[in-house]
Amino acid sequence: MLNYDIVIIGGGPAGMAAALRAKECGVDSILILERAETLGGILEQCIHTGFGLQYFGEELSGPEYASRFIDLVNKEKIEYKTDTMALEITQDNKVYAVNKKDGLLEIQAKAIILAMGCRERPRGALNIAGTRASGIMSAGTAQKYVNIDGYMPGKKVVILGSGDIGLIMARRMTLEGAKVECVCELMPYSSGLTRNIVQCLDDFGIPLYLSTTVIDIHGKDRVTGVTIASVDENRRPIPGTERLIECDTLLLSVGLIPENELTRAVGIGLDSVTNGAVVDEYRETDHEGVFACGNVLHVHDLVDFVTLESQTAGEGAAKYVLGKKQKGAQVTTKGTGMVRYIVPQKINLNNEGDVKLYFRVGNTARNATVKVKYGGEEIISRKRPRLAPGEMESVVIKNEMLKSFSDGGVLEITVEV
Amino acid sequence: MMFDVAVIGAGVVGALTARELTKFNLKVALLEKCNDVAMGTTKANSAIVHAGFDAVPGSLKAKLNVKGTAMMPETCRELHVPFKNIGSLVLAFCEKETETLKELREKGIKNGVPGLEIYDSDKLHSTEPNVSSEAVAALWAPTAGIVCPYELTIAAAENAVKNGAEFFRNFAVSKIDWDGGEFTVSDGRKEIKTKYVVNAAGVYCDEIAALIGDNSLSVISRKGEYMLCDKSMGTLVSHVLFQCPTVMGKGVLVTPTVDGNLILGPSATDIEDKENVATTAEILALVLEKARKSVPSVSTREVITSFAGLRAHLECDDFIIGKSEKNSNFINAAGIESPGLSASPAIAEMIAGLIAEDCGAAANPEFCPVREEPVRFRHMSNEERKALIAKNPAYGRIVCRCETITEGEILDAIHAPAGARDVDGVKRRTRAGMGRCQGGFCGSKVVELLARELGTDLNEITKFGGDSKILYERTK
Repeated sequence: MLNYDIVIIGGGPAGMAAALRAKECGVDSILILERAETLGGILEQCIHTGFGLQYFGEELSGPEYASRFIDLVNKEKIEYKTDTMALEITQDNKVYAVNKKDGLLEIQAKAIILAMGCRERPRGALNIAGTRASGIMSAGTAQKYVNIDGYMPGKKVVILGSGDIGLIMARRMTLEGAKVECVCELMPYSSGLTRNIVQCLDDFGIPLYLSTTVIDIHGKDRVTGVTIASVDENRRPIPGTERLIECDTLLLSVGLIPENELTRAVGIGLDSVTNGAVVDEYRETDHEGVFACGNVLHVHDLVDFVTLESQTAGEGAAKYVLGKKQKGAQVTTKGTGMVRYIVPQKINLNNEGDVKLYFRVGNTARNATVKVKYGGEEIISRKRPRLAPGEMESVVIKNEMLKSFSDGGVLEITVEV
Repeated sequence: MMFDVAVIGAGVVGALTARELTKFNLKVALLEKCNDVAMGTTKANSAIVHAGFDAVPGSLKAKLNVKGTAMMPETCRELHVPFKNIGSLVLAFCEKETETLKELREKGIKNGVPGLEIYDSDKLHSTEPNVSSEAVAALWAPTAGIVCPYELTIAAAENAVKNGAEFFRNFAVSKIDWDGGEFTVSDGRKEIKTKYVVNAAGVYCDEIAALIGDNSLSVISRKGEYMLCDKSMGTLVSHVLFQCPTVMGKGVLVTPTVDGNLILGPSATDIEDKENVATTAEILALVLEKARKSVPSVSTREVITSFAGLRAHLECDDFIIGKSEKNSNFINAAGIESPGLSASPAIAEMIAGLIAEDCGAAANPEFCPVREEPVRFRHMSNEERKALIAKNPAYGRIVCRCETITEGEILDAIHAPAGARDVDGVKRRTRAGMGRCQGGFCGSKVVELLARELGTDLNEITKFGGDSKILYERTK
């Protein structure tokens, strides 16, 4: 059996940032387990730019952003094992993992950081009728084929869902010579970043059809077309609006789901909105010594925020290992009205610093006011010119405020329009 | 090439028949029009082993169902195919349906079905707590069970090939000539010669029979649509739950699968196009509504995929098995719809027996009934895993994360007799790509492994043969 102070599951941006911060905080015995052949996670196939504007103040490609962290991991001599899959976490924080070289690994950890990322929602979850022909895949899978393997998965493409990967792939497929017929979005707004709609669709004349979905898929062996239709306010197709679009490929970008199989198996409490663990301000779950960060905790729009969050988790795990993190009196956070969720869900009142709360709204709004209330009393009010489900918001709770709260209290965030 | 018997169609009936024929000293060819076995009706059905109380007493369906169901546990043991004898319940929702249960029980007794019992509401709800409170009674059939139809077929084909049968994929029979002593069976490019032909062509059995001038069969393709739910729903019910049958079939059922998912379906619609396995929004909504009648807590949120399959229905509403009136060396296995899967071991035995007797074939002393158990990393203990990886490191690399499928298992699937040649073939043999992400992550890795092992380019690999290629040309 191997022994480490901190075992990090996942060597993408979240896992690497957490490892580096934990090291900085004084923990040397760290092991990262990565299932892919290299560190870097999904960034390795994101060859477009737009990463790092917040964190580095410059525009990097995915592999560039990742390599800055990979270089640091190597420089700090943090141990990692690639091509290694974690199979199980036990109640006493042991990790079972497997790879070709070492076989089955049994690793005892003092603290574990979950950084497994997320996966794309598949077609089945949408229940689109039609054939099961070849040519239907998630946008991320297509991205891997194009950017890593160097093959085109199609020539005439319809994209369902205007998530960021879908938007990025609309541009990427176009640049590689494919014709992207349209992007259909079920909702009346896009869940993608505004800059991606401008740079990936508008600049290439690719139409974005809002309140529109794919209701049928045609083709026996390979997709030959899809039927799209407008939907009403209850997201039901409107009869008479059906339209056949010929295509050989349907890419799906219809949402991301945190990969919490290990988390669930060990019995860690999950938030039904984020599909990630319920955590405190250091991203510690309800299972002592197990932390979570990045897209496995909640789906982020910018990797920069993943990095920041993971540093918090890395610091928390280090404090835990060094005996400097104690659970005590806590308040719970609660999003109401337009606020769909808040991370963290719990805050320890013995925290010595400020705490940043991240949240997402469920609808678009203009000239809104974000209000934070404690025990029903308004304690913060901030104007926001524009709110959108695709963009994460945050608000800082100052330490002196925290000190005025008491155990069991509820901190509420709401939006007033 | 000269054979004693050519079996046309590598569905569950064709594959088991080929295997059964190798128990005799016969040279057997198994011809399949698709790129893999189990690509027709076998691929998409309810995966149920029926007790046998539905069919009309005295019919072939009744006899072969009860016999096949009795043979199933042993067949599955020999072939290392998971079979779970979980029993079935037919639910009654009113007084009139309770009468139907009694009629079914009477029929079952005539058919020789053991152990049938009518449950009252209390017994039903204590047996199946998630069944609708509207259900008032049920018919319990302890011999019913669940089996994976394509796993059974894959295993049977593997075992048949191991015992000397030859498997021809992408062999779509288009011409059969008879010279008075033997048939020449051709797909327009290749041809083989054979003394006997077994027509196990599923929904195409009428067209195959017509190739020798036997126009006695007329298949009605009946489409059934299904939904498959995540494993988190797999324990919602613990038996096969039927509703009372109608003229169109046994109705929508709710049942766990051998892999621990929950299956809902089928619908029943007669259609013209024998290739039409598209699902439709209206029908799936209906399937869900009917499934909720049995189990109200079934949720669409947990649906991971939906699919449709075709059943070969004949006007006479029975199987037609035996020598064609046009040529006694041509054996039909026609109209094999439900309970075809349940009956399949008995159908295979009947056909092989018929041919062996006709030509006086002796038993094959070399025949080995056992198909070795494939490696299933996900079911192993950690100790077993250690030993396995030490022997072959390919089992140390997880390719499919959702189902924990290793590279070694995928290589085994490709290199098995009558092995996988496409992505869906790997999926059916290993479960890679069958989990929550439905191949989102592992799909491209499976394509890579297939290309590497088959020695071709990535863009030659298909989803399920034919024109179902996954990739086009290289990027710029």
